[in-house]
Amino acid sequence: MAGQEERVEPAGGHGRLETQIDQWRSYVQRHRAISPADVDEMEDHLRGRVADLTATGLDDDEAFLVAVRRMGNLDAVSREFAREHSERLWKQLVLVPDEPSEGSAPAWRELAVVLALAVGAGIAVKVALAAFDTDSVLLRNVPLMTAPFLAGYFVWKRRVSWRVVAALLVPYALLAVVLNVYPYVENGSTVVLAAVHAPVVLWALVGVVYVGGRWRAQDPRMDFARFTGELVVYVTLLAIGGGVLLGLTAATLSLVGVDIEPAMESWIMPFAVPGAVVVGAWLVEAKQDVVENIAPVLTRVFTPLTTVMLLVTLVVLLGAGGLADVERELLILMDAILLLVLCLLLYSVSARDSLARPGWFDGLQLVLVAAALAVDAVALTAMLTRIAEFGFSPNKVAALGLNLLLLVHLARSGLLLLGFLRERRPFGALVRWQTRFLPVYAVWAAFVVVAFGPVFGFA
Amino acid sequence: MRFDKDLVAASATPLVLGILAEGESYGYAILKRVTELSGGRMQWTDGMLYPLLHRLERLGLVVATWGTSEAGRRRKHYALTAAGRDALAERQEQWSVVADVLQQVWRSAQQAAQAPARPAVAEGWA
Repeated sequence: MAGQEERVEPAGGHGRLETQIDQWRSYVQRHRAISPADVDEMEDHLRGRVADLTATGLDDDEAFLVAVRRMGNLDAVSREFAREHSERLWKQLVLVPDEPSEGSAPAWRELAVVLALAVGAGIAVKVALAAFDTDSVLLRNVPLMTAPFLAGYFVWKRRVSWRVVAALLVPYALLAVVLNVYPYVENGSTVVLAAVHAPVVLWALVGVVYVGGRWRAQDPRMDFARFTGELVVYVTLLAIGGGVLLGLTAATLSLVGVDIEPAMESWIMPFAVPGAVVVGAWLVEAKQDVVENIAPVLTRVFTPLTTVMLLVTLVVLLGAGGLADVERELLILMDAILLLVLCLLLYSVSARDSLARPGWFDGLQLVLVAAALAVDAVALTAMLTRIAEFGFSPNKVAALGLNLLLLVHLARSGLLLLGFLRERRPFGALVRWQTRFLPVYAVWAAFVVVAFGPVFGFA
Repeated sequence: MRFDKDLVAASATPLVLGILAEGESYGYAILKRVTELSGGRMQWTDGMLYPLLHRLERLGLVVATWGTSEAGRRRKHYALTAAGRDALAERQEQWSVVADVLQQVWRSAQQAAQAPARPAVAEGWA
């Protein structure tokens, strides 16, 4: 019985049969309920059948056709497999596969590197906590401590050249010096502004490592934007999970009169927060081509809701006939709204097929951008008259600067979107505008960190 | 001969278990054994055997191991477990009852067809 299968040799006169079997394999593999091991099993079967049929006098082609036909309707077979293995219909993220794929580093080694970096970031933050006693020094230095470990992961993962790393060490060192050497007034606003803007600069440096030094190219830049969105989602999920775990532990330990608050402040948080960022980066890298991006899905859900929210806000603002309390909080609020709209736009752009024709969602996005710009225009007019009356402060300038950048970014996006909807411009123009503008935010943040202190007397 | 889908489904499990009771085997060989035993009158859709084997494996009635074929390819072998042997014995009993009942009912149906009609029975059921 089985001995006849020896006739099927991979090479020799059966080249055509091998191609046919390869095609059949790739067709079967498209059924998600049928795993690669099942395909191996079925291929063995197919070959056995072909061998027996050729032994009865059929040629390869005929034998293959009959064997495939005898295998039955693959959709029905796949349905049976799905009934048996319902878990296969859900994509699972295998972080440490049993059998490492050839050519790449063993998965456990990556896990070891990630854990080492996560712990390293924790130790660095812990050292910073011990070394600096005041809050503002700490606030300035914690991102500085975490960023190198995250960047280190990508240096390891992408085998980034040492020239790129060395070139990045210069701005990193400058940033560290500026943040720690400037004679800031304790609890002044310039020091807070510097601490808030420094992470943006650091993130841009991480981005250069992420793209392997090819920071001028547009596509890798969009990849980094996608990575950022997914990282935010994954770190949020990790934070929620960690919060639940800590809450349960704290509640249980409080029953025996143990308070974990001190341990939480001095040990758990310094390790958990940077660790979550590094581990989150690893998860996003691992799931990249396995699990769909979630950020674009969230934008789909929130774009209509945000549009409604903004339109209602606009009507209320206009109806109120002037803003009663124009403070810098208003500017920060407007910045936050524009940032939200920008993220909604950026992440749906990042996932959209550039070649698809304009659809209703693109129209909705235009409405969203227009509404955001209108709301911002109302707030900005009120704010500018206010500033003209009472003069500038560092906070107002920083908020106003960001607002202007967002305004330019969104206004041009709106124009390009309109051009696309009227089929005057390709969608690619909108995508390029997004990636081209992103570094401007890093430059602005660097400017705030470096120049605001001296300009406003470190107040 | 075409078999009703439900009948194939019902008989497939005891048949596969029975073939594996003869000794360890693999997918294609099991199918060939089915054809051989039935003299070619029973032919399954080949692909459907595999989900069935996987279900038996999940239920613990068979164990699967990866080996290599004579041509040096990966091949999955199946062997009956103790639980599988018990299940087979149980199915065997059930099927012999079914077969026995069917035999009897067909024999009496044949006799009834040969003998003259007896309306009294019909009345009794009414």
